[in-house]
Amino acid sequence: MTSVAEKPSVDTAEPPPSGAVRRVSAWARRAPLLPALIFMIIVTQLPFVATLVISFMDWNAYYPDEVGFAGFDNFKRVFTDVNMRDAVWTTILLTAGVVLISLLLGLGIALLLDRKFRGRGAVRTMMIAPFLVVPVAAALIWKHALYNPEYGLFNGALTWLWGLFGADNPPQPDWISNMPLWAVIFALVWQWTPFMMLILLAGLQGRPLDVIEAARIDGANSWQIFRSMTLPHLRQYLELGALLGSIYIVQNFDAVFTITSGGLGTANLPYTIYQIFYQAHDYGRASAAAVIVVLGTIIIATFALRTVSSLFKQEAGR
Amino acid sequence: MSSVTDTAPVPATRDSRGRPVRKRRDGANVWLSLLAWVVGVLFVLPVVWMVLTSLHSEENAATNPPSVLAPLTLDGYREFFSGGASPWPPLLNSLTASVLSTLLVLLLAIPAAYALSIKPVRKWSDVLFFFLSTKMLPVVAGLLPLYLFAQSAGLLDNIWLLIVFYTSMNLPIAVWMMRSFLSEVPVEMLEAAAVDGAGLTKTLRSVIAPVVMPGIAATALICFIFSWNELLFARVLTATVAETAPVFLTSFVTSQGLFLAQLCAAAFVVSLPVLIAGFAAQDKLVQGLSLGSVK
Repeated sequence: MTSVAEKPSVDTAEPPPSGAVRRVSAWARRAPLLPALIFMIIVTQLPFVATLVISFMDWNAYYPDEVGFAGFDNFKRVFTDVNMRDAVWTTILLTAGVVLISLLLGLGIALLLDRKFRGRGAVRTMMIAPFLVVPVAAALIWKHALYNPEYGLFNGALTWLWGLFGADNPPQPDWISNMPLWAVIFALVWQWTPFMMLILLAGLQGRPLDVIEAARIDGANSWQIFRSMTLPHLRQYLELGALLGSIYIVQNFDAVFTITSGGLGTANLPYTIYQIFYQAHDYGRASAAAVIVVLGTIIIATFALRTVSSLFKQEAGR
Repeated sequence: MSSVTDTAPVPATRDSRGRPVRKRRDGANVWLSLLAWVVGVLFVLPVVWMVLTSLHSEENAATNPPSVLAPLTLDGYREFFSGGASPWPPLLNSLTASVLSTLLVLLLAIPAAYALSIKPVRKWSDVLFFFLSTKMLPVVAGLLPLYLFAQSAGLLDNIWLLIVFYTSMNLPIAVWMMRSFLSEVPVEMLEAAAVDGAGLTKTLRSVIAPVVMPGIAATALICFIFSWNELLFARVLTATVAETAPVFLTSFVTSQGLFLAQLCAAAFVVSLPVLIAGFAAQDKLVQGLSLGSVK
């Protein structure tokens, strides 16, 4: 995955001294890096090697006497498992839904906040608040205080609105049962829109305003300026937001676990693997599923790294 | 991103952010400002609703339509802190895990970032991207081996296991952030210090430290927030002794009786440290979340 990174010219910053001197100075340079590097290799790479080994084993904690080599059986079972295929689909829908909606909302709100108006700082602070609620607390609040069909705020507001017009039979939908996946998506969109908004706002504030001013003087209208100047400038920020958002939301566990407990077709991959491991105690199958998820992630991550590295190159080229 | 703004010629008037002031067309602007306010209020509403409900009695918290103007009470908080199982051990566990892992992260990340920016090793960008790639691997795939290791080493339900895991979770973010802060140290200043015969300690203390101190604080706050929020690993790897606040929250919900005010109080108490840390680091939040690539 590292092949994406471009080698900068800093490598040749120092004239090469000879032999032992050079080796000593190279190690002196490396020394501060090594503790972090070794720590990361031990804590993140070794477990994956273990996962890979276990994925080829027949290992269920309920049957400790039957541990053995299983070949590709676990992978076969994962690929033929309907729940697993549903989980892949749910993960894609959940991630794409949350990323796209929060990116669009974030773009709109960033554009609104990129202007001077009374209380701009206050609105920005209000916008950030959802992101700073502990995710599991946010999920609990959405489930019990907002979505609850009897006393949640949404149905409460419907009753109140209907009451304003003198009607006494307001609709009282059971939000989570009627649209379980959307219930999870909306709660996550609420948390992630501020993230997208912050990144896009930073992008908007890095626009070369003199060029835009020149275009305006030349008679370009706001839409033309947005289409042909703002949007191209924002492209890399949109990509960065989408990819970072995907990395975090693909892994989402808190919202699915709390709002629906993975029921009603909302079990995504992290939740499903958690279940195979934590409830079914089928270590071999959980590992095979994990290996497949890692392979899928590597494909997506390669694109992600390319985007980050293009931003990074610009910075390095200062 | 300074490369973009640096090339702009300096106009005569600039606002507080140093950007040129534009002429405003007031008609549409009033409506757009109003819209911004409405959107902001809608987004903050669930948080406000959580706080308001936490201050109501259980009877008034669960009414339809909502009793917005019901009398305020601290019963929800009283019940949360002294009603059932005490929330203090989980809160303290969360604090221990978050603070210690953040310190460990800084201890490892700052020297590493130094070796990736100020005195870079060969192939430093490859190393940097290795750190980032670990962040992209799904954590759930590492869950089982860590659990089995902890089980055989007798480390289940031990807060130190979480501390080590949270350190690995946040180290890539911290290395990226610290590298971007350290590369803001002007090369001229480093050269001048070298010409003046300043040693490593003196350079670190009087040239580098003043520039990167705010960056270290921001990195620490973001690592703290991520550790404090983590649920999946804490849930699998801890039980009664090392239980953290998010795990406590999930086990707190009972299906019997009225509990909404208490639940909102609990959610607010658990979120409070993150809200404080996040608002304190508001302007550094973007940089942290984008791993230092957006300033």
